[in-house]
Amino acid sequence: MSATLSRPRAGRRAFTPGQAALAIAIALFLAAFLILPVATVMYVAFTEPGSGAFTLVNVWDAFRTELFVRSFLNSLYVSAATVLLASLFALPLAYITVRFHFRGALLIQTLGFLPLIMPPFAGAVAMQLLFGRNGTVNLLLGDWAGINIPFMEGLNGVVFVQAVHYFPFILVNLSAALRNIDSAMEEAAQNLGSSGFRLFRRIVFPLALPGYVAGASLVFVKVFDDLATPLLLNVKEMLAPQAYLRITSIGLADPMGYVISVVLIVVSVLAMWLSARAIRRGDYATVQRGGGGLARRRLGPGQAALAYGTVGLILALVLAPHLGLLLLSLATIWSFSPLPDGFTLAHYARVFSDSSAYIWNTVTYASLAALIDVVLGTAIAYLVLRTRLVGREWLDWTASAALAVPGVVLGIGYLRSFYGVTLPDGRPLASLWLVIVLALAIRRLPYALRACHAALQQISVSLEEAAENLGASKGRTVRRIVVPLMAGGILAGFISSFATAAVELSATLMLVQSNADAPLAYGLYVFMQSAAGRGPGAALGVIAVILVGACTFLSHLVIERSQRTRGRQA
Amino acid sequence: MTPGPREEEAAALSVAGQAAGVRIEGVNLSYGSNHVLKDVELEIRPGEFFAFLGPSGCGKTTLLRLIAGFNQADTGRVLVGGRDISALPPWKRDIGMVFQSYALWPHLSVRQNVAFGLEERRLPRAEIAARVEQALGLVGLAHLADRRPAALSGGQQQRVAVARTIAIRPRLLLLDEPLSNLDAKLRVQVRRELRDLQRSLGMTAIFVTHDQEEANTVCDRIAVFREGSVQQVDTPMALYARPANLFVAGFLGSANILAGTPREGRFAVEGGPALPLPAGLRPPPGARLMFRPQDASLAPPRPDSLLTGTVAHREFLGPVLRYGVRVGEAEVLVDMPFSGVPRLHEVGDTVAITVDLGSAHWLTE
Repeated sequence: MSATLSRPRAGRRAFTPGQAALAIAIALFLAAFLILPVATVMYVAFTEPGSGAFTLVNVWDAFRTELFVRSFLNSLYVSAATVLLASLFALPLAYITVRFHFRGALLIQTLGFLPLIMPPFAGAVAMQLLFGRNGTVNLLLGDWAGINIPFMEGLNGVVFVQAVHYFPFILVNLSAALRNIDSAMEEAAQNLGSSGFRLFRRIVFPLALPGYVAGASLVFVKVFDDLATPLLLNVKEMLAPQAYLRITSIGLADPMGYVISVVLIVVSVLAMWLSARAIRRGDYATVQRGGGGLARRRLGPGQAALAYGTVGLILALVLAPHLGLLLLSLATIWSFSPLPDGFTLAHYARVFSDSSAYIWNTVTYASLAALIDVVLGTAIAYLVLRTRLVGREWLDWTASAALAVPGVVLGIGYLRSFYGVTLPDGRPLASLWLVIVLALAIRRLPYALRACHAALQQISVSLEEAAENLGASKGRTVRRIVVPLMAGGILAGFISSFATAAVELSATLMLVQSNADAPLAYGLYVFMQSAAGRGPGAALGVIAVILVGACTFLSHLVIERSQRTRGRQA
Repeated sequence: MTPGPREEEAAALSVAGQAAGVRIEGVNLSYGSNHVLKDVELEIRPGEFFAFLGPSGCGKTTLLRLIAGFNQADTGRVLVGGRDISALPPWKRDIGMVFQSYALWPHLSVRQNVAFGLEERRLPRAEIAARVEQALGLVGLAHLADRRPAALSGGQQQRVAVARTIAIRPRLLLLDEPLSNLDAKLRVQVRRELRDLQRSLGMTAIFVTHDQEEANTVCDRIAVFREGSVQQVDTPMALYARPANLFVAGFLGSANILAGTPREGRFAVEGGPALPLPAGLRPPPGARLMFRPQDASLAPPRPDSLLTGTVAHREFLGPVLRYGVRVGEAEVLVDMPFSGVPRLHEVGDTVAITVDLGSAHWLTE
């Protein structure tokens, strides 16, 4: 036996030079495109313009500005109200489908995801047409009952659109938590005399609470950071729109935008912390030995009617934007009438002839960003799980910290950091389309990293040791064994990064400098701002929905297929 | 660890005099084509500690859950204290159940767990506090009342589960394999505590287990289950001494079972010799000969030895040496007491087995 093979593990070097070089390269990338922009934003927020001395004056000024305070309170109100309304949508859906024998439970759980694959601002316009003052619902209500309900007015309109869009986060987390409750937990309560709503309030809901909090805090932060939806609904007095408007109208030097950014980051971090704490404490909700999740009950005839009615109403409500968008994309004119006057394919023709650049830009940006993400994700996962490199966890934490950076903050950070850097042709670096790709990549990196991490975790170390034992170097082992075995996970990570990057707007809205470089989401936003652009805008929206929907489906297929192959090997 | 139940608390929580008897009448239950309970008839007396014993999948837990109201019988009914409870939902039955997984609610403290059933009964606050104290005192956990269940050991969790159930003073206590999640040493201690607790509270209790030793040591009477039907109901000693059939004989303790045919005053063992039967003994048709290992003995063979075989293996069990002796196709276990300097038979030795056919059993399936 050779000396190399018999040498004990402890005597091995912690890492190879190649691994160290890789780690340094990743660290430099993250430093340049994540840490630097965010640090710049923080720096500007807390320093005196010009002198660079530390100061709290900017923050003080902001909180003395009535507009800022109002925006702050509005943002809080909208986020909190959205969580409330989204919970009202999600709670009955989750409870009814998990807890009862319910025909179509799977369909409902799947349909429940649909809103997520449409950018919320795309739905906003469709919802104006359906629920607005002169929208379908109010026109019908006016005819029948003579009333007009202001669903879409002001902040409440934003709340409505956001709740319809984001409630799946609560639905998914809450359903999972409910499904994980041991049936004995509930039976023990029944045995001691508890039933009905008391049982739900005292035992079932508290046990599912961590899942609910995780979902709710995610919704809160997404809404708090969202920029495009309020802008499209013409609500400007919220934090994220204010940050955008200050930077784009007053200029990069205005400190208010940076203070707002800091507030956004703080709220994000708080919400993430809350959600992480909830999940950690949620360990207890898992199924115990001998338990099998909540027992499903049968519904009585009256209950069934009520349950189907509730579920039907909620689904109709949350799927309305999709239907509205589809109708709008096919409508000749749709104004002051419950339904469009006529139907046409002209909008699609126009989009494909005039605006196909949007689509191609989107495909290019999103695939490049997704590629960067899976390369970084695989590399970081490998360094974390397979080496003992000093500081490897820091790479993981830093990459994951991107979760807490709102898109608008990243956008502002990129503008500020890279505007001063000039390219050989004299243009600033920040105006190059590649910067959009990098911003998208950073935004999506945490998700891709988790996918790659999970994929690598499932591969036994002994498979790699066998390759090394047979003479393959570390690098060749990774190329020939690790990456092929991770392929399913990597592909799934790629597709989901692609899909979400394709409809991302908050960072790109800041960074797009010319229409020719703009992606689909930006084009959609521009179209939707004029009445004449709504048709083509809706057509673009439908294309986006199809693109994202197809990708989501594809990634599902890939994950399932790779799990099946793994099952065969085992 | 605690001593036995404390008298004061036990008196406070006692249900003596109100303990309910249970009648199970013609209960059948099927899951699809799977007939889980078959014509179950049982009578459990007030204040009795009763066991449902059987291998896994025999329907014992299903019947217990049926009594608690978590399963519905297809036919038949369950009477507790003379009242048909078949139509009542679980929360109106007033039957305490200790779950196999304990099912302590992790978001509530020990005290809150124990108080739960009392709160559901809308008892006055002061009475709830008093009864929680009593129940926790009874299981010796009063000092841990403010902990969360996750901070307790397995044995302590089990006690909390028991305290939570007895706090409501149920007419009937159901225990679903309550010892299965404890380690072997603790199991012996806890089963004794359960027995003492049940005695001092005077509750009727039903204990589900697959472990005959648990059932034997804890329970007054045992119902032996097999594939959904009750095989025999009796005291542990009677079951052991007078098993009703081969299954009960084999399930409770070790049993030697020899097939054969009775012929002209002899029992012809399959592939073996014909043994003379005591005068007047007529085994029922199709019956097999069953005897316990300790009811036979070994000796070196003599020319007139009837039942001989070869020692196939030998195990030292402490008080006894257990020999496995090959007789024709069958293997017969014989326990010889281990006292002083025993005379050992070695593997491969030919030995003679002596059985008193007068005290042996003749059993069918």
